[in-house]
Amino acid sequence: MSARPFLADALERKGRWLSYRWLILRRLSQLLVLAGFLAGPCCGVWILEGNLASSLLLGQVPLADPFTFIQSLAAGHSPAPQAMLGAALVAGGYLLVGGRLFCAWACPINPVTDLAGWLRRRLGIKSGFMPSRHFRLALLPACLLAAWLTGSLAWEYVNPVTGLMRGLVFGLGWTGGLVGAIFLFDLFVVQRGWCGHVCPMGAFYGLLGKTALLRVSAPRRRACTDCMDCFTACPEPQVIRPALKGKGTPLILDSNCTTCGRCVDVCGEKVFRLTHRFDRKLDEAGPPAHPPS
Amino acid sequence: MDDGGKDRGTFTGFLDAGRRKFLLQGAGSACAAGVAGLGLMAHVQRARALPSQALRPPGALPEADFDAACVRCGLCVRACPFTTLNLAPAGGGIPVGTPYFEARSVPCEMCTDIPCKAACPTGALAPVLDDIAQARMGVAVLADPERCLSLQGMRCDACFQACPIKGKAITMERLHKPGGMTVFMPSVHAACTGCGKCEHDCVPQVAVIRVMPVAQVRGELERGRRRSEAALGMPPADRPAVSAPPRPKTR
Repeated sequence: MSARPFLADALERKGRWLSYRWLILRRLSQLLVLAGFLAGPCCGVWILEGNLASSLLLGQVPLADPFTFIQSLAAGHSPAPQAMLGAALVAGGYLLVGGRLFCAWACPINPVTDLAGWLRRRLGIKSGFMPSRHFRLALLPACLLAAWLTGSLAWEYVNPVTGLMRGLVFGLGWTGGLVGAIFLFDLFVVQRGWCGHVCPMGAFYGLLGKTALLRVSAPRRRACTDCMDCFTACPEPQVIRPALKGKGTPLILDSNCTTCGRCVDVCGEKVFRLTHRFDRKLDEAGPPAHPPS
Repeated sequence: MDDGGKDRGTFTGFLDAGRRKFLLQGAGSACAAGVAGLGLMAHVQRARALPSQALRPPGALPEADFDAACVRCGLCVRACPFTTLNLAPAGGGIPVGTPYFEARSVPCEMCTDIPCKAACPTGALAPVLDDIAQARMGVAVLADPERCLSLQGMRCDACFQACPIKGKAITMERLHKPGGMTVFMPSVHAACTGCGKCEHDCVPQVAVIRVMPVAQVRGELERGRRRSEAALGMPPADRPAVSAPPRPKTR
């Protein structure tokens, strides 16, 4: 409804910190992951050794990306104990807390596509090309099939997610060009194109997080003024509608929600909150149209 | 999905608008993903070839298995106490992200505890390797004998001296050239681990003795045989690849 600029409501009512809180924390988290990997080679402080594909935390705890791990299985390699334990730890963590938490809080590509999204909005670029969001769900098995048929970690030859982190820690090469291509793709071709439509790794973590505990809820949805700021900010805007406009649970249960918390930030009415999946409470901001369970 | 009067038993009844949209979108996505998958496979087939100067760390599985096992994490690179190992950057002609070393730049120092292999979380560097002398990272080849200083009659045995298992992998064999000149020819034997020290120390500006991936020199089968022998703890036998026909017994 409002012709007010994006975020104006939130800034006016909540102030700067509350309008940017989760975004700032998310950037800090992404930096922390990168710093964890870079502290060793740069300063000799070994926090995380290796890269996103597989690493050692503090020289003790093995961690491994479960998506790379299943690609290796599909390629026909029988798993070794350390890789199995690492993949189980990481998969278990995301399974419990939130699958696409990885995308919003750890993935090195996220700042790139976020920047493209921000620039796209500021420049007012609109493109009509809107491919299906199911493409990534089809690409995921295609990647595993390619791994099986070639007997190699096929997607890892091009994967910009593990590739960028590996590049930043071990030497970039042409990966910078690939990342630039994704930036331009998101900026000019498809809105939120890479993370929202293509990335099979994101699709994998999405499937992993089907039952995850950490969720965004819209308990004060009756206070919604239809300003559309949350839809503008959200990288997966289709996940908001059922919770915000529906009659059922206020929880955003769609596993494509990356739990980035940006909707919490940008809402001037404090409609959204980060909570757990059993918190189905609806705050009263008017007569409930439909009583909470 | 109640279609009211439509007959759900028939094909058109089953395909109401919602379903049709869903199926069309699904089919479109599947086709696009199939094309992307094919493109990916084509790319992999081209990008997976290992160039002859790139050597794998000790214990690396045969290249085809290595490509399925290695997750490109770089823990072997971190474990290497020298600057030998690197992860291949994209676009460098070596399968992206995989660990390698180039003998001419920094050869393998053949650590007895093989820390790179110990650090490998996936078994791409096979845990069965426990004696670095059994490693077959590559094999030295006298690539261009005419440029070999020793074969030209000069007193050079840089490769022989550089070899960490001196006298076993490389010997200097006396060679009588036509015309009466006697020279020494560096000869590589089966004990060669492919550490690359000889190539590193080779005197001419472009190395004459080169260490190349075993499969490129001997083929995968030969490598497999040697690997299994190493796993069984058998000493590496210096057998010819093709055995000569048995000589008829004469008495």
